[in-house]
Amino acid sequence: MSETTLTGGALPITIRDATKSYGAVFALDNVDLDVRSGEFMTLLGPSGSGKTTLLMVLAGFTRPDYGSVKFGEREIVRTPPHKRDVGMVFQNYALFPHMSVAANVAFPLKLRGVSKQEMVERTEQALETVQLAGYGERRIDQLSGGQRQRVALARAIVFEPRILLMDEPLSALDKKLREQMQIELRRLHDKLGMTTVYVTHDQREALTMSDRIAVINHGRVMQLGTPEEIYERPANRFVADFIGESTFLPVTVQQGVARFGDQSLKVAQMPEAGEDLLLMLRPERLQLITNDSEAADGEANRFEARVREMVYQGDSFLMYTVLENGTEISLRGMTRRDTVSTLPAIGDVIQLALHRDDTVLISAEEP
Amino acid sequence: MASLMKWLGEPASETQITHGGRLWLYLLAGLVMAFLLAPTIIVIPMSFSDSQYLEFPPRVWSLRWYDHYLGSPEWMQATFTSLKAGIFTMLVATPVGVMAAYGLFVSRMRIASLIFLILVMPIMVPVILVAIGVFYVYVQVSLVNSLLGLVLAHSILAIPLVVVVVSSALKSYDMNQEMAARSLGASRFRAFMVITLPQIRFSVITAALLSFLTSFDEVIVAMFVSGGENSTLTRNMFNALRDQIDPTIASISTIMIIVSTSLLVLAQVFGKSGDEP
Repeated sequence: MSETTLTGGALPITIRDATKSYGAVFALDNVDLDVRSGEFMTLLGPSGSGKTTLLMVLAGFTRPDYGSVKFGEREIVRTPPHKRDVGMVFQNYALFPHMSVAANVAFPLKLRGVSKQEMVERTEQALETVQLAGYGERRIDQLSGGQRQRVALARAIVFEPRILLMDEPLSALDKKLREQMQIELRRLHDKLGMTTVYVTHDQREALTMSDRIAVINHGRVMQLGTPEEIYERPANRFVADFIGESTFLPVTVQQGVARFGDQSLKVAQMPEAGEDLLLMLRPERLQLITNDSEAADGEANRFEARVREMVYQGDSFLMYTVLENGTEISLRGMTRRDTVSTLPAIGDVIQLALHRDDTVLISAEEP
Repeated sequence: MASLMKWLGEPASETQITHGGRLWLYLLAGLVMAFLLAPTIIVIPMSFSDSQYLEFPPRVWSLRWYDHYLGSPEWMQATFTSLKAGIFTMLVATPVGVMAAYGLFVSRMRIASLIFLILVMPIMVPVILVAIGVFYVYVQVSLVNSLLGLVLAHSILAIPLVVVVVSSALKSYDMNQEMAARSLGASRFRAFMVITLPQIRFSVITAALLSFLTSFDEVIVAMFVSGGENSTLTRNMFNALRDQIDPTIASISTIMIIVSTSLLVLAQVFGKSGDEP
């Protein structure tokens, strides 16, 4: 018995000028977005950013005020949800509690008039795909959260939709299971190959799973890029702030040289425009200089700071320090056998290094 | 006796208050229940009396008033009218009320709460006002004394109950399920019928039974708008009471009590078994 695979091929999604307002508030503000065929695209943003609205526009539950949405060549803005042929996984799974696991999974097949025998086979295949073979006769309330998640997934893929939508499907699971499911979902996507649009507010989840991430805020796409692009080269302050932990230092530009206070900075690349710039400091990119040999590296910017607080977090430590001008910056390091014992004490003055490649300047202006 | 004393000493709840300490509460509760039930119960022995008049307790027992009731064409016709009115009211009020409750639940319009208020208005104003209003309208459109008019008037009283019962069931229902069904290929109507309705069915059945009872037990509106061959049982009972005190009333009452309580018990049982997933 082969497992569920996609026979129709994936479909690209093209969104143009999608706009949706609720009174004076724009949930979607002229959104243009292309999801490539077979891509795992994550819509990442804080709550109220419009990411769920965009997903609901794709699912057909929200009609944009104007704009165009195409699945492949087909314009679907006016198509009702049940004629869109997209699989959807909801945040709370939305399983049907009055039906067995198998009946839940078979539901979309039944609606499509699939023959009884084929229905049974494909249901079993889908359950196998999500590693729930043999669970068909169970009642929904006999399942754990993770199992429910898998049933919801099986139900969404059993009819081989060419597009799969997921609305924070892992948010109800505990951390360990969530991380395991992230990997599993990604593998499933690679195996089935449908175009997937995934909504989350969890930046780590987005970085873990996605081919590309669209960071969304105030109904607009703030940045579209691979996880690495989003993390390493955030396009603006919002993205830099939302993804990862960052401290921002004000930077001035004089004759093409960026300066922090009276210190000139070696930078990876100068932003094209803007006089008001910020230096983005990621705690894990700062390095604690403990001996002079490391300090000799000419490719790093150096900062002098005083240790204010130390937090031990098991696998890593977080050190809060204060620069001479009073700015607080934090530094994260891995804890290895001997690091903790050799760390400076509170009140010590230390040297911090930031490599040129990690010295990222972004515009201070709000996008 | 010993086991009774033992029971009195046992804790009645997690707070460790004993049944003995709670005894006064049990007695009070018993008195309240007796006060509520006695007027209803007392009619039952009276219906088995051989006397010409209503008397309690009966000196001689007999079934003659049941005989009289079952043998009387007028009473039988009234009973039939009441049953018809009840069933048709149920058939009108249940679907209309369910649709209204569903519509109000999924509606995001601000006006929805106002519409809800209007819908439940008939059970908040005195029934006599509804009766007078309905009568006035019916005179204009010649619906007085018709079964249709009676059913419509009773539906006015029953729809609010259906709306309230079904609305409260929908509140604990996860509408995402219906969205999931629609995303999987079900039309909105189909999603409601296959996914939502089965999960609120107990409340819908309860609402249907309540609408039947609303009509079956109703007298004030029936006094105004029913008459002739479409007189209801309750209306005829009321008239009979006014004209002569006849134990037939007691026997009919007994039958109605049995019908009503069994339906209410049914409604309770369906309500209990619950719409919770």
